[in-house]
Amino acid sequence: MKPRALGLIARRTGRRFLSSVPALVGVVVFTFILMRVLPGDPAVFFASGPNAGKAEIEAIRSQMGLDKPMAEQLFYYVRDIGTGNLGRSLTTGQTVSKDLASRLPASLELTFVALALALTLAIPLGVLAALRPGSLVDHGVRLLCTLGVCVPTFVSGLLLIYCFYYWLGIAPDPTGRLDVFTTEPPRITGFLLIDALAAGDWEAWSAAARQLVLPAATMALFVLAPLARITRASMLAVLGSDYIRTAEGLGLSRPRIIIGYALRNGLLPVLTIAGIVFSTMLGANVLVEKVFSWPGVAAYALDALLSSDYAPVQGFVLLMATIFVIVNLTIDVLYGIADPRIGME
Amino acid sequence: MSNATLMRHAGFVLRSNVVTAIAAGAALLLVLTAIIGPLVIRYDPHSSNVSIALQPPSALHWFGTDQLGRDVLARVVTAARLDLAIAVLAVSLSFVVGAFIGALCGYAGGRIDRWVGRFVDVLMAFPLFVLAMAMVAALGNAVENIIYATAIINLPFYIRFARAEVNVRRGAGWVEAARASGHSHFEVVTRYLIPNVLPAMAVQISLNLGWAILNAAGLSFIGLGVTPPTPEWGIMVAEGARFITQGKWWLVGYPGLALMLTVLCFNLLGDGLRDILDPRMRQ
Repeated sequence: MKPRALGLIARRTGRRFLSSVPALVGVVVFTFILMRVLPGDPAVFFASGPNAGKAEIEAIRSQMGLDKPMAEQLFYYVRDIGTGNLGRSLTTGQTVSKDLASRLPASLELTFVALALALTLAIPLGVLAALRPGSLVDHGVRLLCTLGVCVPTFVSGLLLIYCFYYWLGIAPDPTGRLDVFTTEPPRITGFLLIDALAAGDWEAWSAAARQLVLPAATMALFVLAPLARITRASMLAVLGSDYIRTAEGLGLSRPRIIIGYALRNGLLPVLTIAGIVFSTMLGANVLVEKVFSWPGVAAYALDALLSSDYAPVQGFVLLMATIFVIVNLTIDVLYGIADPRIGME
Repeated sequence: MSNATLMRHAGFVLRSNVVTAIAAGAALLLVLTAIIGPLVIRYDPHSSNVSIALQPPSALHWFGTDQLGRDVLARVVTAARLDLAIAVLAVSLSFVVGAFIGALCGYAGGRIDRWVGRFVDVLMAFPLFVLAMAMVAALGNAVENIIYATAIINLPFYIRFARAEVNVRRGAGWVEAARASGHSHFEVVTRYLIPNVLPAMAVQISLNLGWAILNAAGLSFIGLGVTPPTPEWGIMVAEGARFITQGKWWLVGYPGLALMLTVLCFNLLGDGLRDILDPRMRQ
């Protein structure tokens, strides 16, 4: 790539980053408002435990600035977030930031594997459907897409458990990231698949992979439809374009035309809906983690929510929104790189 | 299009599009089930009898019985009313509020438009299900809060849609004519612009209903809003989840099937409505 183009991308990235700042500020303010609306006293979150005395809570109240005006409180809140202080969980007794950090890899590993699975299924399906519109394959893909968005993740997850664990007996016990007989590999990244690989522990790797298959498949099924649909639509448009006809006229082989020319352009629109897909997946995480007792951030926030422990919930919401903003930013930048026409405005 | 032409066109589309006709029939059946279903069923959805707990589907209990010996069929049918009511109320709420705010923004432009735009951007910066979860937590764990939360996460789509549709129409001759004949800005928006964009938005409603049902069921699945022993599809699946590893598939399967068919039916109907209202969008 020419240095000029790189400069353009850098400038574009910077501009896009600046434009996502208001959304991030909005997210923080919104979470702050939620925190004030939530039933319960924020001072209690930060107190040593559920049995903290009145005097201690009062002390914390003034220490936290809860007796100050709202605007000032917002300032303190932002400062706390800036220093990574999200309060303390009543149920685990740990700081929320520490809890979230230790559980985030589990959620991310699940989400990324599911996304990879969905893409490896959706793109070939979409391409196949687009190559023969109106054929049996096309109708099959459409049926799969129509049904895929109708089945709630918590139902499909449970039915997969029924099929593969109870009925066929080939899936492991659907609870957690590792079965009880396997020792966890030494923690480096928190991603079990990577850590086990780094430790050279194949047994742990395959155990982790086996636990991962069903929840990842559940999530992948749910987002398969939008991905396959847009791949099909954009491939149809691309295959009808002039340069494909030219490529055919030049006598290039069919696979080369489809993979080398059509797919490269046809995949662009897939990037545009990746944001929506990711949002769906972060939401679906809550349900899937509950179904499979997956020790991720969503399950953690949910447990806290149901036991009226609100600091983790706020931390979780903030974390999800931040991840989502970052993902959207990344997608935008990637799109600019993949489609140079965008950068020329 | 006059009413008669619209009806004739709808009839034509239904005849030529069997899937939509079936979906429309199924939707009607669903609404009927929600209304008169609880009167027809043989068993009380709440009465438990532990001696017949966890029985698989049989001639006596078509959908089997749950862990307390309650009839699953009776519960699935009774739940239809609550599930549909939540979805319909949530979607109509966000439709009315969203159409009004969006139309106002599209018509007025300027500062209101910018601020509402910011607000919508912030809402859209959250993963929507997570936002709904947080709102139910903040507002309190109750059924009506599920409705509000589902309505709010639907709001951005309606605001954006109404805004865009009104924006392209605000310069139209008939809007100027309405103004010139002495209508206030408020009247122009509510009596002329909103009715004019309504048909296009109707398609969104049907597609949204399915999504709203999934969201509401998801929330009650994780234990928010609806509480046991109320029959509701999401909570029935949650209760049945404990027994799935023992092979009691009917506890999850039937409420799950009800959810799936309902969503499928609304989605197909939405696609069909789009064909009726805008033949150009037909694929």
